Amino acid sequence: MNQPPGIRLSGRHKLNGQLLFSAELDLPAARWTCLLGRSGVGKSTILRLILGLETGGAFEGSITATDGAPLDRRIGYMAQSDLLLPWLSVLENICIGARLRGVSPDLHRARALLDRVGLSDRAAAKPAALSGGMRQRAALARTLMEDRPVVFLDEPFSALDAGTRADMQELAAEMLVGRTVLLVTHDPAEATRLADQIVVLSSDGAQHWPVPASPPLRSLHDPETLACQSRLLDHLRGVPA
Amino acid sequence: MRVLDVVLAVAVGLGLWQGLVILTDAPHFILPSPLRVAQAMWHSRAVIAENALVTASEVALGLVFGSLLGVATAIQLALSRSAERIMLPILVFTQAVPVFALAPVLTLWFGYGMGSKIVMAVLIIYFPVTSAFYDGLTRVDQGYRDLAQSMGAGKYEFLRQIQIPNALPSLGTGLKLAAVYAPIGAVIGEWVGASKGLGYLMLLANGRAKIDLMFASLIVLACLTVLLHIAVGWLAIRLARYAGGESPRRG
Repeated sequence: MNQPPGIRLSGRHKLNGQLLFSAELDLPAARWTCLLGRSGVGKSTILRLILGLETGGAFEGSITATDGAPLDRRIGYMAQSDLLLPWLSVLENICIGARLRGVSPDLHRARALLDRVGLSDRAAAKPAALSGGMRQRAALARTLMEDRPVVFLDEPFSALDAGTRADMQELAAEMLVGRTVLLVTHDPAEATRLADQIVVLSSDGAQHWPVPASPPLRSLHDPETLACQSRLLDHLRGVPA
Repeated sequence: MRVLDVVLAVAVGLGLWQGLVILTDAPHFILPSPLRVAQAMWHSRAVIAENALVTASEVALGLVFGSLLGVATAIQLALSRSAERIMLPILVFTQAVPVFALAPVLTLWFGYGMGSKIVMAVLIIYFPVTSAFYDGLTRVDQGYRDLAQSMGAGKYEFLRQIQIPNALPSLGTGLKLAAVYAPIGAVIGEWVGASKGLGYLMLLANGRAKIDLMFASLIVLACLTVLLHIAVGWLAIRLARYAGGESPRRG
């Protein structure tokens, strides 16, 4: 993996002629940025814009990497849905990136990654035979297999039960260390646990939210983290401080 | 249990038939009894088998060629925007042409042999296979498209790795339709002009007032169609299971 770049987005996005958001957003290099905000405010749109995916709207502005190089093929992507192909085994799913580029996959690395996410005994299983948590772990391994310096996560843990979600957060934090990460989430607890930087998006713009002094991954019992989490929840609900 | 159901259904069908014969007191050259038809079937078994083989070959070849052509067209449509824009309206328009009305022309072009019947079957199943498979190829979850794009997928690799496997259940649906249509196409072709086949035999028997032989041929044709339907249904289930990630050993 190359040195991860930071990313800067600045501009306004219109959907059907209506302004969705006008924002400036900095994703510091090798850090976790958590993006929160109400549904429909454009969190996923920002992620899709930087990824270069179809958004159905028009963006005016600039998206640049701090090292000046194009972002094309430097960002890994993991969505809420695991997007495992049902007809492929777990191992084959992990290697789908190489298959889609028409090159032969590094099976040795794929097995090593499966081992790291704790799925080595399920390599030959089809996704339908896995639990929701296992499927997301496989999706995480597939994302890591791509070995991109930047990784975008679009609510990847939101469909999991609370215990599995906490496990997945820890696994992802451990495995994505050293990469520039953008996590779109609805969950203030998840954001306060994982973020180096929290950004709350509204139609007025992107607002930075103070994070606890301790470094991520933060303990679920740390009082400062808990306090930050409840203040953030109040803010998102529109409760005055 | 299912075998018992089939036996019962056949018995009820034969009973109704026999009842109709008794009730209407129709002469055997108008409505033969099941027993008479069975006798005719046994008596003419060599002729029926010979002609059934011809029809079965026409249907099978028509199915294979029609399906291959349909699959190739669907892939071409899915790969190329301009092919989609130009070909799709043409395809839909050709569906407005009743293929049966083309039968005499096809016989003129391809002769009285098996060729014209195979072409007829190909024409009749081409559209259902194409449209079902094309539908499956294009109905790919947006999430897969996003993922593939972020991974830098090539168009052909995306087709091979995701679109085609994803479309296999739809292809199965199209093939099931084709299995119903293909025998109709072949038999119509035989009616218009042929010297072999069950459709030809039916016309011949009818013309000579051998209604029992006509019915015997009809029943054999129906049985062939049912067998074909079962075989293609089995294939369709395999395709759907594969695409769904189910092990073929189960169930």
